[in-house]
Amino acid sequence: MAAAIELRHVTKRFLTPSGTAYTALRDLDLAVQDGEFCAVVGPTGCGKSTTLALISGLEPPSEGEVLVGGAPVQRVGRDVGYVFQADAVFPWKSVLDNVATGPRFRGIERREADERARDWIRRVGLAGFERYYPHQLSGGMRKRAALAQTLINEPRFLLMDEPFSALDVQTRTLMENELLQLWSATRASVVFVTHDLEEAIALADRVVVITAGPGTVKGVYRVDLPRPRNVAEIRFQPEFSRIYQEIWNDLRDEVLVSYERSKRVVS
Amino acid sequence: MVVLGFWEIGTTIDAIHKDGLWIDPFFYGRPSGIASQLSTWIQNGTAQGPLWLQIATTLEEAFLGFLIGVVLGVVFGVALGRVRLLSDVFAPYIKALNAMPRVVLGSIFIITIGYGIWSKVALAVVLVFFVVFFNAFQGVREVDRVLIANARILGASERQLSTHVILPSALSWILASLHTSFGFALVGAVVGEYLGAIHGIGLIIATAQATFNPNGVFAAMFILAVVALTAEVALTWLEGRLIKWRPNTLEVPRI
Ligand SMILES: Nc1ncnc2c1ncn2[C@@H]1O[C@H](COP(=O)(O)OP(=O)(O)O)[C@@H](O)[C@H]1O
Ligand SMILES: [Mg+2]
Repeated sequence: MAAAIELRHVTKRFLTPSGTAYTALRDLDLAVQDGEFCAVVGPTGCGKSTTLALISGLEPPSEGEVLVGGAPVQRVGRDVGYVFQADAVFPWKSVLDNVATGPRFRGIERREADERARDWIRRVGLAGFERYYPHQLSGGMRKRAALAQTLINEPRFLLMDEPFSALDVQTRTLMENELLQLWSATRASVVFVTHDLEEAIALADRVVVITAGPGTVKGVYRVDLPRPRNVAEIRFQPEFSRIYQEIWNDLRDEVLVSYERSKRVVS
Repeated sequence: MVVLGFWEIGTTIDAIHKDGLWIDPFFYGRPSGIASQLSTWIQNGTAQGPLWLQIATTLEEAFLGFLIGVVLGVVFGVALGRVRLLSDVFAPYIKALNAMPRVVLGSIFIITIGYGIWSKVALAVVLVFFVVFFNAFQGVREVDRVLIANARILGASERQLSTHVILPSALSWILASLHTSFGFALVGAVVGEYLGAIHGIGLIIATAQATFNPNGVFAAMFILAVVALTAEVALTWLEGRLIKWRPNTLEVPRI
């Protein structure tokens, strides 16, 4: 069976303002199976967001191949959903209009789009806030709106870029559980980027560790914890700590490298 | 009020003593004179016809110039902001045109288009266009890249990207420029009339100046100020209506 998402020997270089090339990813190999929840962890600046941009088709690779659903990525795919790291809901649209944006762009008429949007707003727990504008919502509620905006398109491939990193711990745990619930109904293939190893293990079937920039795969780990999971409790299972220890041994070196570099830049 | 009182007293004392000390009403007019000039105009009309006709003419020119200038400015600003090639081709010309002293164009328009309202409209359009254009252009350039990426992922076509993301985002920049640009439209209309016209507040000023009637000049300026203030209030209201999504101080964010 072909992988749902596959990156083969992918290298990505950016042109820096000074005119030199900066290598963000080098010879990266990654495969996500159909219906798999794959977490990608690595220190800040290692190329996690870049990896998602390549899979989504927002950026082309400099070298190598990116395949989604078995076909090379040419442009932004219709089956891809992307929850961005930064706030990406449209500030000038109400929650209802924001969530209905995807269907509207895809040619579905207003009434039907609104009806679906109401349904998704309810599913992410925002019922009653349809008429609110993003600036009237808390950070957690904006993330819920972003989630509904993405999931309403029923993406087969779901990309998430540190979606919960700006939230407080309680809200975060709540939303992680809700995400698992929503995902189990869709069985989309997920690439979930985070710098938080605990979050990665709690959510994913597999954890991929990326090296400090230029990013390449350092290790891949299976997480054989039973589903459905409760994110708040799973951390106390002995199996969880064992996997955490194993991955952390790998990740620690990369975080140290990244930390030493940032210290050098500062001093 | 204090200034007005001082002005009135200053000119009156001078009128009594006739020794040219305080403020000379021959050059500076006098508040009571301005008021009586206004009431004469309202009751008997001006030398160019009824007062309301002069105000209506100036307003018509300013509004037409404003509308056309805003539409052109937004269209060109958004187009050049969106399309790299267009901005590379046209930017030097627009910069060169912008560097020209635009009031000089007024004379050219009156010679080529004539004494009717359209020469004034043209001058107002030119003044408004550049203000709106640069704001729209900048507004488009400043659009959050994440919002554009999000719209693309959600399935936006190039046109939907313009109408759903770029225009609304640039709108706050464009609206901010409307305050300044209505003032410019009024300046364009009045200067155009001053240079040569059949009706309008600018013509009243020109006539009053030619007959050494400072009360007339000040009375016309007073009318202009009232018109500009009214327009400002209307634009602020419009802005509030159009961007009600923006946080403002009156609204407490709900958690
Ligand atoms: N558009 C771009 N132009 C230039 N450099 C970029 C661009 N996008 C990302 N980079 C660089 O690539 C590296 C990886 O970035 P990113 O993928 O955002 O890292 P992460 O998400 O893991 O923190 C960073 O050093 C960043 O500065
Ligand atoms: Mg990132």
